[in-house]
Amino acid sequence: MIQVRGLTKYYGEHAAIRDLDFDIESGEVVGFLGLNGAGKSTTLKILSCVLLPTSGTVMVDGLNAVDQAHEVRGRIGFLPDTPPLYNEMTVGRYLSFAAQLRGVSAVDAQKRVAEAEEKTGLVDVDDELISALSHGYRQRVGLAQALVHKPSLLILDEPTSGLDPVQIVEMRNLIRGLRGEHTLLISSHFLAEISQTCDRLLVIQGGQIVARGTESELATLMERAGEADFTLKGDLGAATLCLQAVTGVNSVTVVHTSGDEFTLRVSSTADLRPQLARALVGAGVDLLQMGRAASRLESVFLKLAAGEAPADKPTQAQASAPTPPGSP
Amino acid sequence: MKNVKLIALRELGAYFRSMSGYVIASIFLLSVGILFHAMAMGESERRSAEVLYNFFFFTSGATMICSLVLSMRLLAEEKQTGTIALLASSPVRDREIILGKYIGALVFLWLMILATLYVPLMILVNGKISWGHLAAGYMGLMLLGGSTLAIGTFGSAIGKNQVLAIIISAVLVSVLLMAWMLARVTERPFSEFFLSIALFHKHFTPFGRGVIHLRDIVYYLGLIYFSLFAATRVLEARRWR
Repeated sequence: MIQVRGLTKYYGEHAAIRDLDFDIESGEVVGFLGLNGAGKSTTLKILSCVLLPTSGTVMVDGLNAVDQAHEVRGRIGFLPDTPPLYNEMTVGRYLSFAAQLRGVSAVDAQKRVAEAEEKTGLVDVDDELISALSHGYRQRVGLAQALVHKPSLLILDEPTSGLDPVQIVEMRNLIRGLRGEHTLLISSHFLAEISQTCDRLLVIQGGQIVARGTESELATLMERAGEADFTLKGDLGAATLCLQAVTGVNSVTVVHTSGDEFTLRVSSTADLRPQLARALVGAGVDLLQMGRAASRLESVFLKLAAGEAPADKPTQAQASAPTPPGSP
Repeated sequence: MKNVKLIALRELGAYFRSMSGYVIASIFLLSVGILFHAMAMGESERRSAEVLYNFFFFTSGATMICSLVLSMRLLAEEKQTGTIALLASSPVRDREIILGKYIGALVFLWLMILATLYVPLMILVNGKISWGHLAAGYMGLMLLGGSTLAIGTFGSAIGKNQVLAIIISAVLVSVLLMAWMLARVTERPFSEFFLSIALFHKHFTPFGRGVIHLRDIVYYLGLIYFSLFAATRVLEARRWR
C-alpha cells in the first residue's frame, strides 16, 4: 500500500526527517510513535501530499506521491493534529463539502455523509454549527471528514490529542471500528494509546526510525540489547581481556579514562552483569561502579511508554531540533 | 471548474453565515451613503453627470478598502486555523483553490457594489443621467474592486496572518495608486510606465466619466490575472516549506 524510501525533509537547514524507509501493507493498522518534534507530523503531511519531501520517494498504491499527488490525494483521508473545521458551517454541510472536494458527486455526498455520521456518532449533531461543538465532537467531525469519501488509506495525526479519558476511549473504539475498511496510519506520542489499536509500531526519534515491530517484538528487542558500563581501577588490558572472554559479549569499548580509573562499555546479547562482575573480580580488577547503559531505543521507548513528552507543541522549525549542530 | 464552484460557494456562504460579511457590507454602504451626501452632492447646484462622477469617485475608495478587508482572510485565516490542510490534502489544484476563493469574495463584493444602485436612482429622480454613464461607472467599480481583491488575495497568500496580509496588500495597492505621482516627477519613458500602471488615476477616471477604453479593461484584467497567478505560485511554494 505504502512504500517509503529515503524520505528526507529539511526546513531551512534543519532536517525534520532523514532517510526514512518503511512499508505498510494494505489493511494494516500501523502506529507511528514518537515524541513531539520527532518528525511524525512532517512524515504524515508528506504522505498526505500536503508537503513535498526534500528527497526520497513515497509510493501509495503504486502511485508516486510527488508526481501523481493529485491522484494520491483522492485515495487518502487525512486528519491533521488540529481538525480542519469551518466553524460557521453545520456538521452536515461541512461533511458534504469535504466529500465533494474529494470527488464524491453531490447526489452521493448525502449518503456518504449519513454513513460517516453513523460511524462517528454524529447523527444527532448533523444540524449543529461546528463552532457550538465540544472538543470531543470536533475531533469526531475531523475523523468523519477524513473517511467520508471512503479512502483506502486513513492518516490520523494524534487523533486523541487534547481529549479527556472518556473521549479517548470513545475515539479509540471509533478507530478500532474502522479496522478492515481502511489501511490506517495513526500517530501518537503515547505508546499506551495506540499499542492496543495497532498491528505494528514504527518508533521515530530525531527524524529517524529507531525501531519497528509489534509492541512485544520491541520489548524483546530492548531486553536483548544489553549494554553495561563498568567503572574500574587497575590494568585496562587485563580488564578488557577478561570481559571479552565471557560468553555472549559482543564488544568492549573504552568510554572514559582518568588516571588509573577507566570506564568500559560492554555490549552483549543479553544482560550479563552478574557474570561480567564475577569475571572482573576474578581477574583482580577493582570494580568501582557498574550500571546498564541506556540505549537510544530504550530511552525513547521508556519515555514513550511513560507518556512523557514536552508540554508544548513544537513549530515546524523546532521539529528539527534533534539535528546536531553543524549537520547539513 | 467543479472544485472552483464548490470552493467559491463555500466562501460566499461564509460571508453570509458569519457576522464579518454583514459588518463589512454595512460599513461599506454606510460610508457610500455618507460620502455621497457630504461630498458628492456638494453645497451648490451641480449637473447630474458631475454628481454621478463624484459618486463613482468616492465609492471607488470605499470599494478598494472593502475589497482589501474581504480578501485578507481568504488564505491567511485558513493558515491560522489550520483549515488549509483540508484543501491541501484534497484532490484540488492550487489554482482551483485560489480561483474559487477569489470568485467567492468577488461575488460578495459585486453584490455590495450593486447594493449602492439606489444612489444613482436618487440622482435620476431629481435630475437626468445617462444609462451608459451609469453602466460604465459600475463596470469600472467592479473591475477596480476585482483588481484590489486579487491583490488582496495575493497578500493573503503571502501573509502568515490576516494583519500581515492586509498590510502587504495595502502597501501594494498604495504603490499602484501613487504611481501617477511618480509619473509627474520622472521623465519619459519612466513617466509613461508609471502612468500606465497607475491603478486609479489613469484607468478608473474614464470609467467614472462614462467612457470605456479597451486598454483600461485589459489593464484591470491583466492585474487580476497576474495577482492570482502570483498567489497560486505562493500557495504551490508553501508545499516546499
